[in-house]
Amino acid sequence: MAEAHAAAPHAADPRLQHHFADLAAQKEASTLGMWAFLVTEVLFFGGMFAAYVVYRALFTRAFEGASNLLDIRLGAFNTAVLILSSLTMAIAVRAASQGRKNLIILFLVLTIVLGSTFLGVKVEEYRQKFEHHEVPGPHFVVPEGLPRQAEIFFSLYFCMTGLHALHMIIGVGLLTWLIVKARKGAFTGSYNSPVEMVGLYWHFVDIIWIFLFPLLYLLGRHAP
Amino acid sequence: MSSAVVGALPVEPRQHYLNVRYGVGSWLLTVDHKRIAILYLIGVTFFFAIGGVFAALIRMELLTPPGDLFLSETYNRLFTTHGVMMVFFFMIPAIPSVLGNFLIPMMIGAKDLAFPRINLLSWYLYMIGGLIALWALIHGGVDTGWTFYTPYSTVYSNGWVVVTAVGIFLAGFSSILTGLNFLVTIHTMRAPGMTWRRLPLFVWAHYATSIIQLLGTPVIAITLLLVGAERLFHLGIFDPRQGGDPVLFQHLFWFYSHPAVYIMILPAMGVISELVTGMSRKPVFGYKFIAGSSLAIAVLSFLVWGHHMFVSGQSVYAGLVFSILSFLVAIPSAIKVFNWTATLYKGSVSYQTPMLYALGFIGLFTIGGLTGLFLASLGLDIHVHDTYFIIAHFHYIMVGGTIMGYLGGLHYWWPKISGKLYPEAWARVSAWVIFLGFNLTFFPQFILGYLGMPRRYHAYPAEFQVLNVMSTAGASILGIGYMIPLVYFFWSMRYGKTAPANPWGATGLEWQTPSPPPTENFPVTPVVTREPYDYLTKEEPAVG
Amino acid sequence: MSAKGHAHPTLKVYFAVFAALMIFTALTVWAAFEHLGIWNTPVALAIAVTKATLVVLFFMHLRYSPRLTAVVLSSSLVWLVILFVITLSDYLSRPWLPIYNR
Repeated sequence: MAEAHAAAPHAADPRLQHHFADLAAQKEASTLGMWAFLVTEVLFFGGMFAAYVVYRALFTRAFEGASNLLDIRLGAFNTAVLILSSLTMAIAVRAASQGRKNLIILFLVLTIVLGSTFLGVKVEEYRQKFEHHEVPGPHFVVPEGLPRQAEIFFSLYFCMTGLHALHMIIGVGLLTWLIVKARKGAFTGSYNSPVEMVGLYWHFVDIIWIFLFPLLYLLGRHAP
Repeated sequence: MSSAVVGALPVEPRQHYLNVRYGVGSWLLTVDHKRIAILYLIGVTFFFAIGGVFAALIRMELLTPPGDLFLSETYNRLFTTHGVMMVFFFMIPAIPSVLGNFLIPMMIGAKDLAFPRINLLSWYLYMIGGLIALWALIHGGVDTGWTFYTPYSTVYSNGWVVVTAVGIFLAGFSSILTGLNFLVTIHTMRAPGMTWRRLPLFVWAHYATSIIQLLGTPVIAITLLLVGAERLFHLGIFDPRQGGDPVLFQHLFWFYSHPAVYIMILPAMGVISELVTGMSRKPVFGYKFIAGSSLAIAVLSFLVWGHHMFVSGQSVYAGLVFSILSFLVAIPSAIKVFNWTATLYKGSVSYQTPMLYALGFIGLFTIGGLTGLFLASLGLDIHVHDTYFIIAHFHYIMVGGTIMGYLGGLHYWWPKISGKLYPEAWARVSAWVIFLGFNLTFFPQFILGYLGMPRRYHAYPAEFQVLNVMSTAGASILGIGYMIPLVYFFWSMRYGKTAPANPWGATGLEWQTPSPPPTENFPVTPVVTREPYDYLTKEEPAVG
Repeated sequence: MSAKGHAHPTLKVYFAVFAALMIFTALTVWAAFEHLGIWNTPVALAIAVTKATLVVLFFMHLRYSPRLTAVVLSSSLVWLVILFVITLSDYLSRPWLPIYNR
């Protein structure tokens, strides 16, 4: 075997992990890894989307009617909030690639604020559902004029938005961790992968909502 | 052909991955893929033993026609535990997490996997998931069958469904992370000169397996979550009383669980590819076809899940399509069997233990695979669905196939892993005991199933007793067969002959390192210039 | 050693994408109330797919990433389609049998 390059350990960047040849290889691997993880998330949510597709095809009237009971203003507001949070996240990632610490922190904070706003609105929406007996289970009351399969719509509503909200909470946690690291000056022009990785995750959670919003809130508006 | 190094001068103990650091902490906090592989070895052996105990209990009950050893509900918990332990905590992780973890970085010339800490996390998720499932077991277990069909599992079962589901969920997450690690590693960390066309077939097999792990496992994860939500919060997704469809559960469940069986067999096929070429000292026949067939299996495996649902109320037209596709998915596997056979032809075959397991695999997997075609035929499946025919079919593949591959690989690479040689005579004896015990256990079950004995019943008509007694006798022999390697592998760690770097004279980067390897695998990153399995070039790979 | 993986979109591009996303959101809400018959759903999905594509290409930098990334992402979508189509084919073809008198 011919000699290949062997990086002198003591000259290596402290953030370079020992089994990678250089930081570029490390970044390539972590980026591919995050995308592969997002693939699993697509299939994870996808199982519920499959259930949605089947039941909507079978019980269209129940689904349309139940969907109209959701608050479209809150849903649309939340969609706008999440899209804005994707913008602030993208700007944070860009700031990280330039090593601009204060900008990174500012936009990460903005993203957290927007994400928390989203979650707050969701809490309010869930509270309203409890009030109106629209939570599936022993206390569910079939809404006036709708077939009983409306309960399945609400089951899917809670499962899908609940799982989405859980992902957002995890996202807020990751953003907080990033802020802690950013304050220590961890992110520079040559090392900013963690911000970019969390960014990918955050945008993905936004994309899930981009599909949830029309599928849950809008499907019956044309047929009141 | 091969021999240990003789007449060596006394040497200072060399530092390698096993002795570089001592202490429980150095193992539980390791990020070395080789140590993590050993941790997995301990874990899978433990859960295999539990699954085996429950198999023994099942076979004891089935010695006599009446259900006289256990109540029917207890018996339901026995076969559920056997299935859950074996499928999720042995079959799926065994070869990838033990052999794959140990060998993949070495085979591609890397120092470790892409994400060593995630590798350790995988192990912890697996162990915690297994211990949670064990907790559920100790407190009474589950009686739904490992398939958890609704609405029994979500509404009526009295067992620890949610707890067990959590354990399986964690094991699934572990599997996803392993697949992710392998995929990224193979894409980004190959040594210079290690092109895709030079990859060992073992690596190709695990690459294909990783694709299945990433794309399939999340669906069962969400399905388990939905089962939990339905059971705990009375959501109505699969409950007919609320308008739900139990068959939808089956669709979502089998969307993963069929490809899962390919997660179980593809790594074993990767092992067999290595054993067949290494122990016949001949380049593998049809390298591209074997590599390509692994990818084809990964893709096609996702298109056939409905063949588990022919009698469920699924549309006959969908069943037709699933049936045709199930015939197609057999083709890539058949290609492999042909190619391995062609590799052996005119090879310099050495009948040491790894080759015995490889030959056993080829024969038994072929039987299992062909009986799979019986099941793919809609009409015949109606007759044998939920009978012992099915059980025999999948055990021929899982035990006759995967476990033979696992044991063959364990023996083949044991010198590399432990630095010791296992005792060849005892190994051959146990290989034969396992082979004979296995066939005695499961061949009668084909007949039983065809004659109509249903699965998951603890009592049966008297005319089936002879075949059941044969099966139980075989199971006892099989159990003994499994225990022998357990003993001599331990024995070899203390008393075995020291292994040279390349006891088989095989090609492959893993053999170019000492046995056992140093922590960083290669002091200098190798540069690959040779084609894989080039046994016929003038330059012989060095023995010892 | 610099680890610059790829080019970055400019701030202008980010703001343009943001504006487009907001406009499409308003559009999908408006279209939901219009009586488009069987086209309501395809229109809603098309808008959602467009929005998602914008996020993926620009916010997630797919446009500036190696081709492998696009292949990896596409595979998840293909597999999702497999799950939906084949599962639906069961439900949609059940009424074809004469025994179903729905």
